[in-house]
Amino acid sequence: MKKTLFDKIWDSHVVESVPDGPDILYIDKHLIHEVTSPQAFNELKERDISVFRPDQIVATADHNTPTENQHLPVKDLLSRKQLKELTQNCEENNITLYNLGHPYNGIVHVMAPELGITQPGMTMVCGDSHTSTHGAFGTIAFGIGTSQVSQVFASQCVLVQKPKKLRVNVNGKLKKGVLPKDVILYIISKLGTNSGTGYFCEYAGNVFEEMSMEGRMTVCNMSIEMGARGGLIAPDETTFEYVKGKEFAPKGEEFESAKAYWETLKTDEDADFDQEYSFDAEDIEPMITYGTNPGMGIKITGAIPMEGGKSDAKALAYMGFKPGESLLEKPINWIFIGSCTNSRIEDFRQAAAYIKGKQKAKNVNALIVPGSRQVAAQIEAEGLREVFENAGFTLRQPGCSACLAMNDDKIPAGEYCVSTSNRNFEGRQGQGSRTILASPLTAAATAVSGKLTDFTKHLN
Amino acid sequence: MEKFITLTDTAVPLEIENVDTDQIIPARFLKATDKSGFGENLFRDWRFDNNDEPNPEFALNKPEYKGSILVAGDNFGCGSSREHAAWALKAYGFTVVVSSYFADIFKGNALNNGLLPVQVSPEFLDQLFVEITKDPSVEINVDLEAQKISIPKGDISESFEIDPYKKTCMINGFDDIDFLVSKLDAIKEYEQKRSQKLEGTTAL
Repeated sequence: MKKTLFDKIWDSHVVESVPDGPDILYIDKHLIHEVTSPQAFNELKERDISVFRPDQIVATADHNTPTENQHLPVKDLLSRKQLKELTQNCEENNITLYNLGHPYNGIVHVMAPELGITQPGMTMVCGDSHTSTHGAFGTIAFGIGTSQVSQVFASQCVLVQKPKKLRVNVNGKLKKGVLPKDVILYIISKLGTNSGTGYFCEYAGNVFEEMSMEGRMTVCNMSIEMGARGGLIAPDETTFEYVKGKEFAPKGEEFESAKAYWETLKTDEDADFDQEYSFDAEDIEPMITYGTNPGMGIKITGAIPMEGGKSDAKALAYMGFKPGESLLEKPINWIFIGSCTNSRIEDFRQAAAYIKGKQKAKNVNALIVPGSRQVAAQIEAEGLREVFENAGFTLRQPGCSACLAMNDDKIPAGEYCVSTSNRNFEGRQGQGSRTILASPLTAAATAVSGKLTDFTKHLN
Repeated sequence: MEKFITLTDTAVPLEIENVDTDQIIPARFLKATDKSGFGENLFRDWRFDNNDEPNPEFALNKPEYKGSILVAGDNFGCGSSREHAAWALKAYGFTVVVSSYFADIFKGNALNNGLLPVQVSPEFLDQLFVEITKDPSVEINVDLEAQKISIPKGDISESFEIDPYKKTCMINGFDDIDFLVSKLDAIKEYEQKRSQKLEGTTAL
């Protein structure tokens, strides 16, 4: 039978299928962090069960961590307690932890790929919906709840129904200034926030084939924003080159034999999908969101639709926008470049290339938060820190930061923030904050002009 | 896990679509290391204003609406995977959530916590909203065994789907950890076969 890339990986990880029920799916790598793991560890303790495969678990501290003075004790007492529990739980169960200050510390979906923990053909889970990021490597990766975290602790497996299969094709040539973030925001704006529910999505077409690994991660990261459990892209030479030489990637002959297997990981011709959509790259322009879910997106030069869904009036009232309004020239006081969507070195290179020699507008607070210590080191090594600081941007230490505002990095109530993160939900970046999702280039251009600008006019 | 077989109760109508888990429980309340206390912060920023005063317009604050059934708009529970959302709904006192669509991760989390997600047709959902707002004391029956949701008084009913395995779990109060731990031998066998394959050939 013809198989999709998703079928090939899924089927090889099924331990057993429960009759009329879910599959017992074996998990190669389990990533954990401080916020969704403590109750799972407690569950195990209460039942007197030990962690089954601690070697296949990697932990990091990222969600609630401060982005300043990471060498000092964490000020927020609840965050500090959560971090302490993570440390203790990892010690007690022999789990590798890249704690605050460790050279490998970072946002879970940034640090695992850059360390070679993420490899093609794997199954990966994490108590975080943006686990879909790792699908960029041709990996089945998806977010799970805390009950499932404890299930994986206990058995290295999850019980899950095999999702249906969806393919999104984008072919053609992307316009100048259109980044992977624009591509995925465009797709979600066309398909809506629940079109992917019940599905796993494969992204195919020359646009994805030509993307860097960083770009593919940005795309797969936001699969969950259209409801899909995960997204994946067939591994190719770009993938192999990225993985090669990474700290935990196979080396030498092992790498070659792994690569020979990875090369088989592609959808067979004529394999069936339950649903398929195709888009033309030429139709995509730099995108922004105007509402309170990621599907409410328009091109930056566009206007807010006149007629929306039932809940759109509520969203527009929250955002302070009107149907039919264009957002160009809208004054913006905050920009945030960071999060598991856009905090990799390529994102900062793109932003820096635009910013170099320019100054941020006086009204703007511009926050740059690298995804990991390794990315922070690269920013330093490539001289990007000077570019950002000379332009008046604030460069912080790594973490999830203002993407979900669990730490002190919050956008004040009523303020607009052009953000490279993944969610524009009400209050996501702080109570009352108003988020406009965009690419790193759009965020950089906004910071410089102090308002939403059609920067493509200035691109060579 | 508590058993769920059948329930008859009044309902709270939440006529909002795409309710994301950030609204159900905002991120700043995720710093607890146990499962208690989330109920008081359920829908925190919708239930209370900036001065922590209850918002009288919000359905959960309206005195006429009570009960352990939440009836919500399309695509309930989208966004973050936080299971805290299911804990918060349960702790507040809900046992059933009805919607025309549930996000995948939320649905799984709910089922793992004895909170039954009942997916109905958009038409039936509209009917429920009409009936509840017309008469907030109207009772809704959810029968898991028969997979049926109805308003006995109005003679309105619809069947709903549920994974047969999950149905058994809910009815008997079983959870997935017990089941998976009972499968450890098969899991070890799988691991062995897989490592042999990995060493011997490149095709898995």
